[in-house]
Amino acid sequence: MSAEVVLQVVLTVAAGLVGVGLFGALSQQTVVMVMMGLELVLNGVLLAGGAAWYFLAPGLPDAQVLVVVVLVVMAVEMAMGFAVTIALYRSRQVEMIDMAADLRG
Amino acid sequence: MLTASTGWLLAAAAVLGVLSVASGVAVFVVDSMARATFALLGSFLAVAAVLLALDLAYLAVVTALMMTIEMAIMAVFMIAFMMNPAGLVPMSMVHNTRGSAVVGAGAFVVLTAGIWLVDWPVRRTAVPADPTRQLGEALMGSHMLVMLGIGVALFATILAGTLLATARGRYDRFGPDLTAHRPADPVRGGLAR
Repeated sequence: MSAEVVLQVVLTVAAGLVGVGLFGALSQQTVVMVMMGLELVLNGVLLAGGAAWYFLAPGLPDAQVLVVVVLVVMAVEMAMGFAVTIALYRSRQVEMIDMAADLRG
Repeated sequence: MLTASTGWLLAAAAVLGVLSVASGVAVFVVDSMARATFALLGSFLAVAAVLLALDLAYLAVVTALMMTIEMAIMAVFMIAFMMNPAGLVPMSMVHNTRGSAVVGAGAFVVLTAGIWLVDWPVRRTAVPADPTRQLGEALMGSHMLVMLGIGVALFATILAGTLLATARGRYDRFGPDLTAHRPADPVRGGLAR
């Protein structure tokens, strides 16, 4: 019962990180700040994965593997985000997402 | 009734959790983008500390080290590319703030309602003596496919990142059909003439 409360507190913190990250990713205009918002969302998933492993099934490695996958997603997102930022800046001297809306339907 | 260990864990999770969310909020509140980067680093370090409290020492250290380097690189990018990285001239670079706040708050409310309404299962197994060994054996054994996928994804990221970030590739030098006899270089000379 008490361990369940700790799990719920940790997951609530993770939900808070996801909420703040979503707000940032949707509201910011600068490419790097949008990436920061996405990183915060992934930070919440990271925390939730660790808590799920410890409180629900520490005998199985699945949640730990999920945390590793989230860490890799973070690295890939950051590397590709920076590469796209460089390509965009080189071609247009632009670093705001509103100025790179060519694919908007 | 709280046992000593769960009480300690609850206190650690609450304090570090508040710290991580507060740092996350600070990312979008402070004027300086460099400060925002280090606020994000603070959020990651707090989460790494919670992972450490959950006996996930290896993943906590990986998170802390990876995010420290990543945020250092991000700070360099801020200074290199962004307008007003130091926040000396405060300016608003946001759009649709109200809609974004509604989406963020809505996601938090829905997730929190689910978290507190779900009847969570009771843990039936003990925490292994060495969680890192458990992870390593899984990645090299039963979850090898995940490791293979990660390897391919990271390799593809290296290739794609290099291609995107390269200033002048062979198509810039030899034309879209690669048929030019002389490369169109700003300064003559170099390789592949």
